[in-house]
Amino acid sequence: MDQKHVHPLLVKYARIGAYKQPHCPGCGNGIVAQCMLRAIDELKLDMDKIVFASGIGCSSWIPSPLFNADVLHTTHGRSLAFATGVKLSNPELRVVVFTGDGDSAAIGGNHLIQAARKNIEILTVLVNNRIYGMTGGQVAPTTPHGVKTKTTPYGNLEYPFDLCKLVEAAGASYVARWTTFHTRQLVSSMKKGLLKKGFSFIEVISQCPVQYGTFVGIRDPAEMLHIFRKISVPFEKAKNMSREELEGKIVIGEFVDIERTGLAEAYQRLLEMMNL
Amino acid sequence: MSSGANKIIEPGTHFLMGNEACALGAVVAGCKFFAFYPITPANEIAEYMSVLLPKVKGIYIQMEDEISSIASVIGASWAGRKAMTATSGPGFTLMQENIGYAVATETPCVIVDVQRCGPSTGTPPLPMQGDVYQAKYGSHSEYPIIALAPSSVKEMFTLTIESFNLAEKYRTPVILLSDALVGHLMETFEIPDLSQIEIVERKKPDKETSDAKYFLDEDVAPMPVFGCGYKAHVTGSTHDEKGLRNVEDPVYVDKVVRALHRKIEKHKENIVKVETKFLDDAEIALLTYGSVARTAIHVVNQARKTGIKVGIIRLITLWPFPDVQVQSAARKTGRIVVMENNLGQVVNKVSEVAAKYADVKFLPPRIIGSLHEPEYVINFLKEVY
Repeated sequence: MDQKHVHPLLVKYARIGAYKQPHCPGCGNGIVAQCMLRAIDELKLDMDKIVFASGIGCSSWIPSPLFNADVLHTTHGRSLAFATGVKLSNPELRVVVFTGDGDSAAIGGNHLIQAARKNIEILTVLVNNRIYGMTGGQVAPTTPHGVKTKTTPYGNLEYPFDLCKLVEAAGASYVARWTTFHTRQLVSSMKKGLLKKGFSFIEVISQCPVQYGTFVGIRDPAEMLHIFRKISVPFEKAKNMSREELEGKIVIGEFVDIERTGLAEAYQRLLEMMNL
Repeated sequence: MSSGANKIIEPGTHFLMGNEACALGAVVAGCKFFAFYPITPANEIAEYMSVLLPKVKGIYIQMEDEISSIASVIGASWAGRKAMTATSGPGFTLMQENIGYAVATETPCVIVDVQRCGPSTGTPPLPMQGDVYQAKYGSHSEYPIIALAPSSVKEMFTLTIESFNLAEKYRTPVILLSDALVGHLMETFEIPDLSQIEIVERKKPDKETSDAKYFLDEDVAPMPVFGCGYKAHVTGSTHDEKGLRNVEDPVYVDKVVRALHRKIEKHKENIVKVETKFLDDAEIALLTYGSVARTAIHVVNQARKTGIKVGIIRLITLWPFPDVQVQSAARKTGRIVVMENNLGQVVNKVSEVAAKYADVKFLPPRIIGSLHEPEYVINFLKEVY
């Protein structure tokens, strides 16, 4: 492809021959990918010292094969466990996991809370499109109550996870939630997460106009972004709102930002002590 | 990365449990990452590894389950470390999806399965050889695997080293298929001077001349290490030689399946090991492996005193299956009795390759999970022949 028609961040950071993307038109994954590359660019990080890991599902194709770095595209739900092995083995590498709500709230849920508990120095970006997109629109553990999907034709009887609360309770050092509308805040959070010396978790509520949009009757991605803007409530404001008032809202912001020694660093200290 | 084993392991006579010998073997082989989830009868491997590894700058981590244990091992391997996990049957089952991933992505790693008795939870401390098929066919689709069967504490040491060597040489997961008997057995064995032990390191790409073809070479492609600028793309999806996904063209699936198979098949002669004894004049061959081989060798000595001309062929490699060696024993003796601690797994493979050369019979123990009593085997030999 002629490089002058390609976004400058892609010219700089995309794997050659990987411009062609598998995502559906209007998908939020492109926004998330651009935010990550922008964060890396603004921090002037060396891509050769970052390992991107991902699992299975739409969001797992954000770094694989697009990002021109070491990429480990793994099995469904397990990317955090693979990434734990990478980080512990070479603590000098920055490790970033791209995952989705099916990947890390359902099949890999335990790995998510355990990685947070271990406080392993990994930045996890969980793109939450509230549905199983790649497999054709089945209900997810993040699908709102009552929403009809391919496998909840009479409406979802269950309630969705609050993933940020879950990861905060598990012990993460940094927890934030934004939507694909809040790109500036997302870039700023990603920069923090990339530099954090502990487990960082960013949930990005993302539009899926093709699957989720079909079921809720909104096929226009721009309209979905406007809705995100309208229903988002900053964390500080949400503190003073009742449960009823928060119904149908997305609470955004930074929930946790603390300093606590990460597992890889703790292990390095042990090794230094043992091998004086 | 030097193994550092000479700092903490003395050559000479050791009196140890099989599982402990396995841990020592791993350290000697250069293992620098071990992940584990507690399970009987494999725990002693992990307990010893947690003591040993930090002393040689290695990483020990207890993960949340066996799925994440093998996953972190694969991650560690791509970050350049020799890596291992250990488990028993139920945990081995949980690992199967990611073992398939390791095969497909050509990731060197070692998985120790200290087999226990029975389906489901079964009886954890009793031995059984129930996972021979699981080792070969446990993960989905079709793939080659290497599996070795130790039958002594010494072999828990030597075959652990061999497992690492094969894994590094052929960029593949290797299964050490032990069982509760060999794992918990205590014996003396000799550790030679460590400089006498052959240690294989994986082939790395030459950065200057690298053509970024890191996959699907039947003579084993060089393996990049994360963080060194190779920009490796590793995926369990169908991929080309550069690791890039191609799930549209069925030709690529064909390529991946065949290349992975050829990589092991082509080098089978260098991989497969068996041990034979008294086969030259034997009229019956006892074919066995792992813990059961211990009884078999005793039986052969006893039976020969009573005039039964019996020899032994012990499979050290279970997969890829030593068909040439089994056929040779079949031709020599005309009669093969397969002894294993299950209701018949290896025997089916023996029949498949050797039935046209020999009469193949199967002898499970009287009680599954127990040893074959020598008299029971000798009576069987007398009755049958």
